[in-house]
Amino acid sequence: MEIHYTAEQIAFRDEVRAFLKQELPADISRKVKLGKHLTKADHERWQQILSRKGWYAPGWPVEHGGTDWGPVEKHIFDEETSAAGAPRTIPFGVAMVAPVIIKFGTEAQKQQYLPRILSGEDWWCQGYSEPGAGSDLASLKTRAVRDGDHYVVNGQKTWTTLGQHANMIFCLVRTDPEAQQQRGISFLLIDMATPGITVRPIITLDGDHEVNEVFFDDVRVPVENLVGEENKGWTCAKYLLTHERTGLAGIGASKAALSHLKKIAAKQEKGGKSLLEDTLFRAQIAEVEMSLMAAEVSTLRIVAAASEGGVPGAESSILKVQGTEIRQAITHLMRKALGPYALPFLPEELELDYDGEFLVDDYAAAPASTYFNMRKLSIFGGSNEIQKNIVSKMILEL
Amino acid sequence: MDFKLTEEQQMLQDTAARLVRDVYTFEKRLEFSASDAGFSTEFWQQLGELGLTAIPFAEELGGFGGGGVETMLIMEQLGRGICLEPYMESVVLAGGLIGQLGNEQQKEELLGAIASGELQASVALEEPSSHYNLYDVQTTARQSGSEWLLSGRKGVVIGGHTAGKILVSARTAGDVRDQQGISLFIIDPNAEGVSRRVYATVDGRKGCELFLDNAKGELLGTAGDAYDAIRYQSGRAIAALCGEAVGAMRTACDLTLEYLKTRKQFGVPIGKFQVLQHRMVDMISELERGTSMAILAACLADDKDSEERSAKLSAAKFIVNRAARYVAEQCIQLHGGIAMTWEYNGAHYAKRLVMISHQFGDDDHHLEAYSNQLVVA
Repeated sequence: MEIHYTAEQIAFRDEVRAFLKQELPADISRKVKLGKHLTKADHERWQQILSRKGWYAPGWPVEHGGTDWGPVEKHIFDEETSAAGAPRTIPFGVAMVAPVIIKFGTEAQKQQYLPRILSGEDWWCQGYSEPGAGSDLASLKTRAVRDGDHYVVNGQKTWTTLGQHANMIFCLVRTDPEAQQQRGISFLLIDMATPGITVRPIITLDGDHEVNEVFFDDVRVPVENLVGEENKGWTCAKYLLTHERTGLAGIGASKAALSHLKKIAAKQEKGGKSLLEDTLFRAQIAEVEMSLMAAEVSTLRIVAAASEGGVPGAESSILKVQGTEIRQAITHLMRKALGPYALPFLPEELELDYDGEFLVDDYAAAPASTYFNMRKLSIFGGSNEIQKNIVSKMILEL
Repeated sequence: MDFKLTEEQQMLQDTAARLVRDVYTFEKRLEFSASDAGFSTEFWQQLGELGLTAIPFAEELGGFGGGGVETMLIMEQLGRGICLEPYMESVVLAGGLIGQLGNEQQKEELLGAIASGELQASVALEEPSSHYNLYDVQTTARQSGSEWLLSGRKGVVIGGHTAGKILVSARTAGDVRDQQGISLFIIDPNAEGVSRRVYATVDGRKGCELFLDNAKGELLGTAGDAYDAIRYQSGRAIAALCGEAVGAMRTACDLTLEYLKTRKQFGVPIGKFQVLQHRMVDMISELERGTSMAILAACLADDKDSEERSAKLSAAKFIVNRAARYVAEQCIQLHGGIAMTWEYNGAHYAKRLVMISHQFGDDDHHLEAYSNQLVVA
């Protein structure tokens, strides 16, 4: 047993650090660290930089433009990019639809879509949840009816993250309404420019426009956009969910957030001292840091098992719950650090080009909003309660 | 980075597991606990015969040169059986202190005997008002001619009632809570000026209060300089306790899961109720956190002394204490009334799990320690 990285892994970490120091634009990392809004252009600029280096799609096989990194290297990359304040990779294309296309797609689909994901020509969004299908995803109702060389799609998707930027959407649709729940579902790739698609913003509780509703009204989708077999879409969905869950512990992001919390606490005052010198507040930071340490070792254990060829199973569900609770605890402390100044709602101060005077400081407008925004973590990607159901069924066999 | 066991480690784990499984049935444990020694002297001998008490010692002393991971593997198995023997106290802690501070003669005389199991030693570091702060020492030692004479009271010395030798911390200089001026002495518990009040502990062990009235002690190391070694070796003890807790938590979880599958109410196994399923998952989740931190502690236990090592060991004990308490309480809760009885095994796991946090620092102690060392840059 060895908890430390090998010399090669440390060398790799240094290489990633050097790259980030050289290439990560300062304005972007500043926005990320302060919790300010990122534009589509910000994301695209960073993606281009990663693509040029060949590091945009670490999880892909080398022949499609991925890396030969093992799980440990991927973990180091995730941790270092988070610590440096790089924007999180928008996962829908590179980390979600791509693995499904690589695993289940036709050669033509791989040729058509993978290069466009790498180059950034396509921005994907996810069409899973519906107003009536949340945790019970398999109860989805959006219909696709075969009509010659097309499927005709009708229905509604919701919680479509950054759908306003997307030109492509991957959808779970019902192709056999007679079959039992999971069996009549298919996995379709749909061009957002197809007539009959309407995107409407949903403004979240923090006042942000991150998610959308997507309406389908007689949308004609070529049959070659079906991934895998008709009515076997649930297999793709399950495969994708496992991919999604392993990254959901967000250790790197939590570490970066914790370091930001310490900076805020060092500046906020109470009783003539900084909050960092306040015994009670400091102890709360210490507590969450220790929990994060435990979650990090658990992640490393899963990562190490994966590099031996193990497949992360239900233990990644436990980690999703722990990781998201930790991230939420950090945003709770950040909000508390502001005291009464958590109250002022100043979205304009979240824009990087804001040139007015800050009410408190450049870090102060985000925490309360971020706290509310981060409540989503325990809901999405399979709510934490669903994760517990998975563990109960898969590991405990209850 | 690697979490696999080597072949030797795997064998060590199997050996310990087999021994515990064969000897430590629930009924036997109750018998051992009720005996004068409060543990099985026969099992202690077997630990020695199988070489398990020799694991952490250097090869030239008859040991196997094992480190924190080997100690964790043994402690985890001892935890699986909630074994009562003072392995941590004698092998890990007393052995570690003598190894770090002792002169050649002391090492030769004592370590070989501890490694073979022939000598069961114990360590007296706490006092009625020290509350886990091991530099808070009121017991004094004064020099009289060529002898050191110790006076004062040491508390909750687990295994002290049967020990052949007890290591005692005493102040030879400085004020009550100074880290300087603390010395370690080897005492013979049967010597003049030593008296003991022996008692059972809540978790089925035995320990004692140690009253010293001008009792003769043999200095271990240099006078006044023992605290660094005490801190370092208590870090190894913490790592060992974390391993024990993981073993005990695992068995407590196994028992609870089994019960959820077999106990029927309202016509179904109670494990069919989602609220109990989620509680069980939370127990497993705590066990996983605890396991991760026990591994971290084991990997750091034998590292060079540093603030980072101390902080991480504190973090490990903090997380493990919290996990152990959660598993203990939920083990009782999910079993319902049966776990409120002396006759039920799970109750004894719960007691040991909670009492582990009362050795070498509870969660408040380690939260404060970690918080004081928080890296803020």
